[in-house]
Amino acid sequence: MDSQILIKTLLIVAFVLLSAFMVMPGNGTRRTAIRRIMVVMFGLGAIVAIAVPDLLSYVSGVLGVGRGTDLILYGLVVVVIANVMSSVRRNRQLEREMTKLARNVAIDRANRDSPIR
Amino acid sequence: MKRDARVAFETTWVVVPLFNEATVIQDVLTDLLGTFANVVCVDDGSTDDSAEIAFRAGAHVVRHPINLGQGAALRTGLDFALQDKRAEYFVTFDSDGQHDVDDAAGMAREIKIRDHDVLIGSRFLDGRTKPGWLKVLILKLAVRFESLMSGVRLTDAHNGLRVLNRHAAECITIEQNRMAHASEIVSEIGRNKLSYSEFPVHVRYTEYSRAKGQSMWNSINILSDLFLK
Repeated sequence: MDSQILIKTLLIVAFVLLSAFMVMPGNGTRRTAIRRIMVVMFGLGAIVAIAVPDLLSYVSGVLGVGRGTDLILYGLVVVVIANVMSSVRRNRQLEREMTKLARNVAIDRANRDSPIR
Repeated sequence: MKRDARVAFETTWVVVPLFNEATVIQDVLTDLLGTFANVVCVDDGSTDDSAEIAFRAGAHVVRHPINLGQGAALRTGLDFALQDKRAEYFVTFDSDGQHDVDDAAGMAREIKIRDHDVLIGSRFLDGRTKPGWLKVLILKLAVRFESLMSGVRLTDAHNGLRVLNRHAAECITIEQNRMAHASEIVSEIGRNKLSYSEFPVHVRYTEYSRAKGQSMWNSINILSDLFLK
């Protein structure tokens, strides 16, 4: 039980951060930068894991996860959920922009067809 | 007398979000136009002839090229009406016939007397409206929730009948395109420190409005819309 405390903490912190990311307003630049840093770190991690598979097993051991593959599975779950969340956010943003666009089109047409006297 | 009303409300605009209400919109607009001279219908991508009927009835019609939701339609209607430099008051009015034009007229007069930024209709201030118990329960929960989130104290939630003055119409942001806009308007009242009060109105629950109205499940959707950015 206690041997898993590290991985549990890690995963819970990851999900808390993801949830915070969903409900906190923030500016697009920082968000994009954070996303790109994560992608780069993910890529580097993948290369290291492929080059030195033993390292993965070692890290798993330290974290209290049985095998390296289990650690990868957990990481994958976090990444998938993060991806879903960020695309939900992006969709909302697009929807807001599209609303403004559609509104302007609608008002312009109305001003042409039935203007306020 | 009706003609006098239209003159008296020369600087008042009525905003009616419209989506597939071809069967009732004619009557609703005839009623409204008997009292108010300036009515703008925002057709939110209806697939029936609601927009044509509204136009023939004599309302201004603004047509969303695609369906965006009632909240978006309200904001579009306000933006359109704000172009009229003489406009002082803005009434929001549902298109399904559940509101009373006399209530709207009463509110448009009263907001001037009370000199508030926003006047909101409430179906719970007199005994005229008879909602079912489940509706009462959910609306009361929504009221508690909204006052907790915004500090704005009301007795009714999601009542579509409101009057805003020019200042309120300009500063209330509506980014919730779908039904959560009603809660968003309440929180905007709090955020912009607008003065507000309530006015007793009658909400007619007809077979038609019941069939078209919001499912109670929608309260779940509204909650999640409000929290996710």
